[in-house]
Amino acid sequence: MKRFVYADNAATTRISPQVLDAMMPWLTDGYGNASSIYRKGREARIAMEEARHKIERALGVPESRPDFPVEVYFTSGGSEADNWAIKGVAHLMAQQGKKHIITTVFEHHAVLHTCAALEKEGFDVTYLPVSDKGLIDPAQVEQAIRPDTALVSVMYANNEIGTIQPIPEIGAICKQHGVLFHTDAVQAVGNLPIQVAEQNIDLLSLSGHKLHAQKGIGVLYCRKGIKLPNLIDGGAQERGHRAGTENIAAIVGLGAAVEAACADIAGRAARLSAMRDRLIAAIGQIPRVHLNGDAVRRLPGNVNFSFEGVEGESLLLMLDALGICASSGSACTSGSLDPSHVLLGIGLPHEVAHGSLRLTFSDENTMEEIDYILDVLPGVIERLRAMSPLWERMSKA
Amino acid sequence: MLYSEKVMDHFTNPRNVGEIADANGVGEVGNAKCGDIMKIYLKIENGVIEDVKFKTFGCGAAIATSSMATEMVKGRTVDEALKLTNSAVVEALEGLPPVKIHCSVLAEQAIKAALADYYTRQGIDPTPFVGELADLDEEHLACAR
Repeated sequence: MKRFVYADNAATTRISPQVLDAMMPWLTDGYGNASSIYRKGREARIAMEEARHKIERALGVPESRPDFPVEVYFTSGGSEADNWAIKGVAHLMAQQGKKHIITTVFEHHAVLHTCAALEKEGFDVTYLPVSDKGLIDPAQVEQAIRPDTALVSVMYANNEIGTIQPIPEIGAICKQHGVLFHTDAVQAVGNLPIQVAEQNIDLLSLSGHKLHAQKGIGVLYCRKGIKLPNLIDGGAQERGHRAGTENIAAIVGLGAAVEAACADIAGRAARLSAMRDRLIAAIGQIPRVHLNGDAVRRLPGNVNFSFEGVEGESLLLMLDALGICASSGSACTSGSLDPSHVLLGIGLPHEVAHGSLRLTFSDENTMEEIDYILDVLPGVIERLRAMSPLWERMSKA
Repeated sequence: MLYSEKVMDHFTNPRNVGEIADANGVGEVGNAKCGDIMKIYLKIENGVIEDVKFKTFGCGAAIATSSMATEMVKGRTVDEALKLTNSAVVEALEGLPPVKIHCSVLAEQAIKAALADYYTRQGIDPTPFVGELADLDEEHLACAR
């Protein structure tokens, strides 16, 4: 029987049965508009505010009350949340003459391309380099802060190589210097304990489909008191800050997903890191491979290796033929001329970055699937290397 | 990225993979930085390509175009092989995604580079037959997508 192993959970996840159950009533009879005054509308609004409260509680929003959640805004996903946070703060603080933003070279494109768009408007952006393990030193942030710095945006955990940044330390520095702090936590929520108030996070982006909710729903957390200008104008939804009739089913699903994910962070970390570490130890036995990212400060479900002499797309196609879904940072899979900016950012030469493989796991994976990956992966690498003139040259050298 | 069944067939079961120990024409194009290198080995006797093998580092399309190009020149005369074009390789593969067309260009150039090497080994200047190969394996070609 043909095997199927889904090992690309950092790309997206399957909707979990409990999330789908939570959504179903709102995809069927619960079709009311949350802005309507009659019962069907009120029921939708109550369900939405419950979901908002669940998310606020999971993120450690101190003043959240079930009847009055205040700091979470629903968006179309992580990209909208990143755009809103960064453009919003930039335009808000520009009124005070602060037009400088600090971020890192290996953020998600939703952050990097937003910053690039702001540069065209005349904002000044500092892109901090990361270490060869993919880590930022909080001191780098402190040194980059200027009197006109409006915002620091550093991702909580990297989507490709899984490195976890020292977010509480960066938050403390930003607070001390009176600079707003945003973090793209799309890969971190449910994997790491996030407490926005304690960790001095002013703005945070998250996305539903990375944690078993559906695609097209996300959240921007924005600390009360920050008068963020709107990104999407129109109706009075989201307390007048984000127009558009709310997708109640997606919102309720997201509330259920975040609640479930954050209720079992330690258990999930233990299960996933056991799978991760088994893969890392075994793949590390293959000659001339490199683990990308830090071995310790790493998301529990992230494995990322480069295989010298092998190109990523052909590796993915061969794994696909064996029923394994994975991803790569090669140029061929990134759809651009260059391999992944994250892999180049940690200093990999192009030819090594082309040979990268990312395997990412969730609650739905099993140790038996890890065994299957380990059964077939060395043979695939060997086969590709046997036909690689680059490998031939390397092994002779 | 959608590959035709023909491309997937040549990727999954590539024809003529390997090396020829006593090859009398060897050509290599592409570079590691761009993510694709093709190396072609030819065994030519009496003006006919008796055997051909390839080794490729690259994406699915790079492997499939190498495989197809070797099939298209095997058993052909040198003159026929010189007429191989990248578009003929694309056609034989039932199409390639636009961003992968450069792989077929590389395959054509790899065959030509091997033929040029064959001429050179015979003490014949390959330029009148193969054209200028000087810039074929430069970065801009391999990375031109």
